[in-house]
Amino acid sequence: MNMSLEQLDSITARYTNRMSYYTKIVRICCGTGCVSSGSLQVYEGLKKILEEKGLTETVLVKQTGCHGLCERGPIVVLGNDEILYQSVGKRNIEDDISALIDTISDNKIIERMLYQGEDKTKRYISPKDIPFYAGQDRIVLSLNGIIDAEDIEEYISLGGYRGLYKALLMEPAEIIDWIDKSGLRGRGGGGFPTGTKWRSCRNAPGEVKYVVANGDEGDPGAFMDRSLMEGNPHGVIEGMIIGGYAIGSNQGFIYVRDEYPLAVNRLIKAIESAREYGLLGKNIFDSGFDFDIKIFRGGGAFVCGESTALMSSIEGKSGEPRAKYIHTVEKGIWEKPTNLNNVETWACVPHIINKGWEWFASIGTPHSKGTKVFSLVGKVKNTGLIEVPMGITLREIIYDLGGGIQGNRRFKAVQTGGPSGGCIPEAYLEMPVDFDSLTRLGSMMGSGGMIVMDERNCMVDVAKYFLKFLVEESCGKCTPCREGVRRMYEIVDRICNGEGQRGDIHHLEELAHAISLGSLCGLGQSAPNPVLSTIKYFRDEYTIHIEEKRCPAGVCKALIRFIILPDKCTGCMRCSAECPAHCIKGDKKEVHVIDETLCIKCGNCYDVCRFDAVMIE
Amino acid sequence: MVEFKINGRKVQGEKGETILDVAKREGYDIPTLCYHEKLGSDGRCRLCIVEVQRGNRRRFVTSCLFPIENNIDVYIDSKDVILIRKTILELLLARCPGSEIIQHLAAEYDVTETRYTKDIDKGKCILCGQCIRTCESIVGVSALCMSGKGPAKKVTTPFDEPSDVCIGCGACAVVCPTGHIYIEDRGGYRTIWRKKFELARCPQCNRLHAPIEQLEFISKKTGVNIDELMICQNCK
Amino acid sequence: MELDQTKLDSIVERYNKDRSYMLAMFQDVQRLYRYLPKEAISYICKKLDIPFSKGYEVATFYKALSLKPRGKHTIHVCLGTACHLRGGPNILETFERELKIKTGETTSDGNFTIETVNCLGACALAPLVRVDEHDFGKATQAVAKKIINEFADGVRS
Repeated sequence: MNMSLEQLDSITARYTNRMSYYTKIVRICCGTGCVSSGSLQVYEGLKKILEEKGLTETVLVKQTGCHGLCERGPIVVLGNDEILYQSVGKRNIEDDISALIDTISDNKIIERMLYQGEDKTKRYISPKDIPFYAGQDRIVLSLNGIIDAEDIEEYISLGGYRGLYKALLMEPAEIIDWIDKSGLRGRGGGGFPTGTKWRSCRNAPGEVKYVVANGDEGDPGAFMDRSLMEGNPHGVIEGMIIGGYAIGSNQGFIYVRDEYPLAVNRLIKAIESAREYGLLGKNIFDSGFDFDIKIFRGGGAFVCGESTALMSSIEGKSGEPRAKYIHTVEKGIWEKPTNLNNVETWACVPHIINKGWEWFASIGTPHSKGTKVFSLVGKVKNTGLIEVPMGITLREIIYDLGGGIQGNRRFKAVQTGGPSGGCIPEAYLEMPVDFDSLTRLGSMMGSGGMIVMDERNCMVDVAKYFLKFLVEESCGKCTPCREGVRRMYEIVDRICNGEGQRGDIHHLEELAHAISLGSLCGLGQSAPNPVLSTIKYFRDEYTIHIEEKRCPAGVCKALIRFIILPDKCTGCMRCSAECPAHCIKGDKKEVHVIDETLCIKCGNCYDVCRFDAVMIE
Repeated sequence: MVEFKINGRKVQGEKGETILDVAKREGYDIPTLCYHEKLGSDGRCRLCIVEVQRGNRRRFVTSCLFPIENNIDVYIDSKDVILIRKTILELLLARCPGSEIIQHLAAEYDVTETRYTKDIDKGKCILCGQCIRTCESIVGVSALCMSGKGPAKKVTTPFDEPSDVCIGCGACAVVCPTGHIYIEDRGGYRTIWRKKFELARCPQCNRLHAPIEQLEFISKKTGVNIDELMICQNCK
Repeated sequence: MELDQTKLDSIVERYNKDRSYMLAMFQDVQRLYRYLPKEAISYICKKLDIPFSKGYEVATFYKALSLKPRGKHTIHVCLGTACHLRGGPNILETFERELKIKTGETTSDGNFTIETVNCLGACALAPLVRVDEHDFGKATQAVAKKIINEFADGVRS
């Protein structure tokens, strides 16, 4: 097909017309999270009943991409944000599907399925009222949860590819100027000014250039890119074509994590559709500009999220990074000028072209423009994805959107930036979230992962966790990272095992400093951050582990014991039934006792006891 | 001409040269382990790191790879550079406690012992990669490679088995900075990388010299008759 | 190991004999045989005109590839940060205990392999377990036992 503005309009008209035949539209989230909770079965089940009732002509059931509210999934939205139901099909799928039919046929609102605040007092009908959604400014995620990610016509009917059309009528230099003025900075963690990067690549000598979308989101706790690629792949594709045109590149690559099979599928389908509709391939929109995209799947290596390692992987090699003294915009894949940006960065581009650079620059703070998608997880009441303007405070994110700490426990820290970032304590909750302020605190915004921790998390254990992760994921090329990070891990592991020594903290700080200066790539250079930030803000916890051989949070297994409180134990035998080490003795109605010599500290007894009779000391 | 400073002193170089190129020419002693005269480097050992200042910006770069620029201030032994070197050497001492070269280098920086638990399974290999690059680019058979990643990374032949393409030339052992690679000529045979090669006997002086497989390889590559190659270098 | 050369040829053709896609070819082979056989690496390297050592380097670098045969069902326990904080390690221990193997190993009946993965991106549903293509969110020790029963030899394919 030869795409043109007229074609876009006629597809839009055709699609809108098609939709007008339906009186009800039901959107069932089929992102990875909701699928794991059973949403595909809800989709199939509902369709079947609608067929039986002969309602398929008037009721449309669609699969949509990730809303970001995975914890309450499967999520079903009826009408245009009229009613949101949570946990559909989780307990009893037949009942819930019946309930959906009732809502569809009789406009009955089923109370028990409505989204409920964590305090269990209020129920919300429309997603627009739910604080988790209401506090967001969804730009990049605007179509997530609304469109069927596999339907290009729906994307077009909602304005898709008009940004591309507009861009192809502009001069490349003007597009780069707009990106510059918009203030867009890389969303993958580096925060490098996107316009500057595009300009350098455009100016680099050479005919053949490449653009790359980094979808190798490896930070544990982060799933923004997954949702984007699953829920609106065309948003990323459109951004890349615009970027390719501005930079002078005819070939794009999207590198997707192997652990995201649904995202890979959606992107493959989206690229095929785009080709079919003449939006990828030769002479797009009759502009004379050719562009196509190839997909590369990762192989389970976190380090491939680093730009030079990613490029090495695309070249068919192992994912070892290279020195960046000569920038990849000058010499990247196969030594050709290559512009790499995160998928979220690409997804911002069509919006900037459509609505203008001034609009984007009007959101956020002076040095951090626009919105950012964060994944808010951990001990917070509402976990999921949020898209908010830069400059919002940590407190607003955690307490207003996140609803505060689960179980009304005490906030202890929020970990940002993944393994390259650090932990931020309560004292800094008023900090605005943007590229620069978090860095000043010894953490970084990173790709957007925000892991909330409470008093039952041990910060030394958190440091140990990230170090173990980095030891496994280090590519092993350079000495400081390969040798140094595992030695840092050994020291922290000793501390968690009650074998800490005086001088360990100083040793860690010195070793960390050398590793951060001496490592070849960002992984090694930022590997010390979790340790250094936890030492900075939670030094006491380290000292207690080292000098008192105690873990105040009750986490480090070598330093805790599980005890059954005799005055609380009712002898119900639940704990002994669940104990995998069979170390709990006691008959029915008798006070139970844990044999500490056999106890493996799995915590099962603590989890199952209904009487708070198990104590962690 | 590119003009810059090393340790406060004005120096010059050609565009495209590295800091190490110029530093060596000017008589500065920067330690290296993974740098190879002909093959250059890919920045693995990090021992040659120097501090580069330009305006307010301070960077730590490997001098073997960093291209010289006008008006930069290079410091070869600033406090942080020394800390980095000492750390690397202390880490390598723990990784390869048996390596005399590492002990020697470490002693130059007053590092005589290591606080870390010593490895016993790494031999003297510091993963500099020179053997792999030599085998690939100079010999041209690519018998060696890295396997795995992280601390488990090691240099080996595929599946740790004798390599079909290895010709037993021993170039890898010659280029290895620590002498990690085992090579033994005994009883008319050479053993290297778990493979046994029959050594050629010079028809003139009767001395055993190169593996026959190596000579066959050279014959195929250069077109020179194998009988000519059987004659050892001394007799030529 | 007897390899089906025509299948290997078609895998190489699928990617236009482009050596950039060697990792993808290896992943496709692994889907066929449940691991990446040495002979397959060797064959593909020959077809792509790449040294065998380079293929081996790639095969051992990426965690997604296994040079040892995997079980019929691979249990991936997520150990991302959210999953770690919400009990992922305990779930892993449960699988190891119940199946009597360690992470990376396969049961003697060839049915299960246990692997860990560093974040599957479903963090709001921590802790997560992925068995083949199925995800189990908010897993508990009870869910782990259920999984073992559900995917037991002969029960589910």
